[in-house]
Amino acid sequence: MINIIIEVSKYLMILLIAVYTYLNFSYFRLPTGKREDWQQDRVCGRQNAAMFAMHFLAYVILYLKTGDERMVLFYLAQLVFFVGYTWLYRLFYKNVSRLLVNNMCLLICVGLIMLTRLNFDKAIRQFMIVAVSALITWIIPFIIDRTWQLSRIPWVYGIIGLLLLVVVLLIGNNSFGAQLSINIVGFSFQPSEFVKISFVFFVATMFYQSTDFKTVCVTTAAAAVHVLILVLSKDLGSALIFFLAYLTMLFVATTNWLYLLCGLAGGGLASILSYFLFGHVRTRVLAWQNPWADIDNRGYQITQSLFAIGTGGWFGMGLYQGMPYKIPVVEKDFMFAAISEELGGIFAICVLLICLGCFLQFMMIAAKMQAIFYKLIAFGLGMVYVVQVFLTVGGTIKFIPSTGITLPLVSYGGSSVLSTFILFGIIQGLYILKKNDEENYEEGNT
Amino acid sequence: MKKGIPNPKANKSILIMTYALVGVFVCMIGYFGCFLQWKSEDVINNSYNARLDRFADRIVRGEILSNDGKVLARTEVSEDGTEVRRYPYDSLFAHVVGYSDHGKTGLESLANFYLLSSHMNLVERTMNEFIDVKNAGDNVVTTLDVDLQWVASDALGERRGAVIVMEPDTGKVLAMVSKPGFNPNTLGTDWDVLISADNTQAQLLNRATQGLYPPGSTFKIVTALEYLREHPDTWPSYHFDCDGLYKYEDYKISCYHGNAHGSQDLTQAFANSCNGAFAKLGLELNLGNMKTFCNQLLFNSDLPLALAYSKSNYVMDARAGSWEILQTSIGQGGTQMTPMHNGMLTAAIANGGVLMKPYLIDRVENAMGEEVKKFLPTAYGSLMSADEAEKMAALMRTVVAEGTGSAVRTDAYTVAGKTGSAEFETGKETHAWFTGYAPAEDPQIVVTVIVEESGSGGQIAAPIARRLFDTYFSR
Repeated sequence: MINIIIEVSKYLMILLIAVYTYLNFSYFRLPTGKREDWQQDRVCGRQNAAMFAMHFLAYVILYLKTGDERMVLFYLAQLVFFVGYTWLYRLFYKNVSRLLVNNMCLLICVGLIMLTRLNFDKAIRQFMIVAVSALITWIIPFIIDRTWQLSRIPWVYGIIGLLLLVVVLLIGNNSFGAQLSINIVGFSFQPSEFVKISFVFFVATMFYQSTDFKTVCVTTAAAAVHVLILVLSKDLGSALIFFLAYLTMLFVATTNWLYLLCGLAGGGLASILSYFLFGHVRTRVLAWQNPWADIDNRGYQITQSLFAIGTGGWFGMGLYQGMPYKIPVVEKDFMFAAISEELGGIFAICVLLICLGCFLQFMMIAAKMQAIFYKLIAFGLGMVYVVQVFLTVGGTIKFIPSTGITLPLVSYGGSSVLSTFILFGIIQGLYILKKNDEENYEEGNT
Repeated sequence: MKKGIPNPKANKSILIMTYALVGVFVCMIGYFGCFLQWKSEDVINNSYNARLDRFADRIVRGEILSNDGKVLARTEVSEDGTEVRRYPYDSLFAHVVGYSDHGKTGLESLANFYLLSSHMNLVERTMNEFIDVKNAGDNVVTTLDVDLQWVASDALGERRGAVIVMEPDTGKVLAMVSKPGFNPNTLGTDWDVLISADNTQAQLLNRATQGLYPPGSTFKIVTALEYLREHPDTWPSYHFDCDGLYKYEDYKISCYHGNAHGSQDLTQAFANSCNGAFAKLGLELNLGNMKTFCNQLLFNSDLPLALAYSKSNYVMDARAGSWEILQTSIGQGGTQMTPMHNGMLTAAIANGGVLMKPYLIDRVENAMGEEVKKFLPTAYGSLMSADEAEKMAALMRTVVAEGTGSAVRTDAYTVAGKTGSAEFETGKETHAWFTGYAPAEDPQIVVTVIVEESGSGGQIAAPIARRLFDTYFSR
């Protein structure tokens, strides 16, 4: 009997997330404007229903498989959080983007399901971090709406960011051959996650002031220093994120194809150079090209990931039926493989599409913003987000070399969760700002 | 506060970037889908994938069958659900079929994924999953021939050694025997004895693929090939006078049992396996080229073989001294090879220089006998030119027609081959080798035999090959 429930639930969960994903993209087809708001609300309401149903089914399986009563309590705590978060956000900010809030909740929900299965204690920790982050970042849209001064202090962002990165380079903890984190009062803290955001602000404020050749040169130099420090810290994934975010922001600010092409050529050259210069770059590339040749060592992680994904297939093995724990650091860098193994390839693709949906939402907001400063912020943060998703998923499925990047909101990790909450909070702030402006404009006309 | 829009084209740039990123994601999802649909099966069928064992929770391990459908391994499920793996032929297929209880070896390891996958009717399978009933796993039909396997095992008897029978034009392995063997049905009770440190028999070792032996005179195939390469026009005029003991500097090389072969050209020296002639010939070779050629013949490298195997060694390089050259040229010295590798070289000669990858799984069927997957012969590549293969074939023909291979001389069919008697320890009998194929004019099977510590190749190993050829051509 239990087996039937678990099997049915597995397929239902896939169906539910597919419905959710479909709604996510159908939203983009809806006409925009005040009159159609009820339509958007209806779509978002259905999304909530799909997500809560999926969440419920997942914890039914988790409970049936473990018989652990803590599962029930943990589920209820999450339920309270998700309901509270979606409801309170709307209560406080009337013009919030419900779609973004829903997507955040869904990604967190998928992450928590998988973490609960992998390591209950880490899931609890992750949930606490999520709750605290939600509380802290709740205020961000309020600040964005009222603090135009944010656009006047480029060097504050630049210097703070660089200082943090240098500190990590000098005294950072070494994990898997890279300097990523520092310890502050017992917490391990990963500054590059936050510097991503300050970096986007730095670039946006610089280009907001001017896009003449001199400013471009100065900004490029500062950006290059960011990237260089990250490469020296062996944090290649972050280096790539900064590089691509900067290059594309430069392109949006200037629409100068020459800059873009030169940048890409320079980036390509630098990659080749670093391949020959740094052993750790070479290791990653070789492990990507043929992980089977060194399956015991460098190829171990990626081959285990491929085993997980391949064995799971399209429909997954079902929760607790696979062995995602065989992949080293699965709860951080290889969550996508764990999801694919146990919840199924279709489920994993839906998660990927939802991440892509977030990015599209960011781009729509960027396009709608009038001021170039806000436009660049929304665009830059969107790029930071989407490149991160691309690097982690691409690395997990051996599409590109693995770079050791987390899947935002899904992977375990305090700094990653908090910084993603900040990122989404800022975008939410811009969305609300824009909506409020539109409403004021309409009211002014009538 | 609003500065307006300094770059009126900004939104267009954003659109371009959005399209670019969506494009990249579409590619990535496409790649992911391709992997799941087509590539994953090959990837996950790997002994490093511990997940496969989990399949056994849902699937009854399939059967391993011979080429004519006889059961070599099956899982019997008793009424209370306990499963026992049974091997109806006891020790006959012990190494090649392997076992699946104390780790996995042989075909049990190679075909693990297929045996634990089910391609029964999808509806039935899903229903079974719901009601928690195990599905029947797929069956693996091998290339193994029960008759040949039995004859090979019987001919080898209680002696230590190995026999391999292959098809040179397809790479199909028809028989693979290693002695001493073990009974996979009683492996559980015998295990401690088999792996104990006092046990010097090494029954679990598959000597056919993992045993490393000095090739002895069978290596003259390689020496002669290299000589043919270096002297394409003058080799027929090679000449050596054998008085049973060849002296060079302070060293002496004697022929088997001190036989004096008299005046020999290359063909006669090969046929009679004259050590003196080949030791002298070795001194004339370019050692660097010889090493390159040996590597090309898969010494010191991976074999295109899915079973567990040992790499053959060839160590001599251009800095070698006289003694090493004399020894290596006649297959002694530091050279070591597996019987399987020797068989593969013979197969390549029989097949015009092209080595076909040896394989053991012919097809995978579901429990109803419907074909799920078929494996076709694949070429590994050319180990030597067609011309060289033809010349070597002629030399090997004379070994049987006029030389040491008289035991396989018959009017029923023509055999080409090479014998070997490899010294491995002073004062002990030599390892007896024979490797050859038949019919010489249209090769159908290759037989490679080694019998440890038993005597000369012509007297001990060749008769075993004879029985296999007789069996094969009498049907």
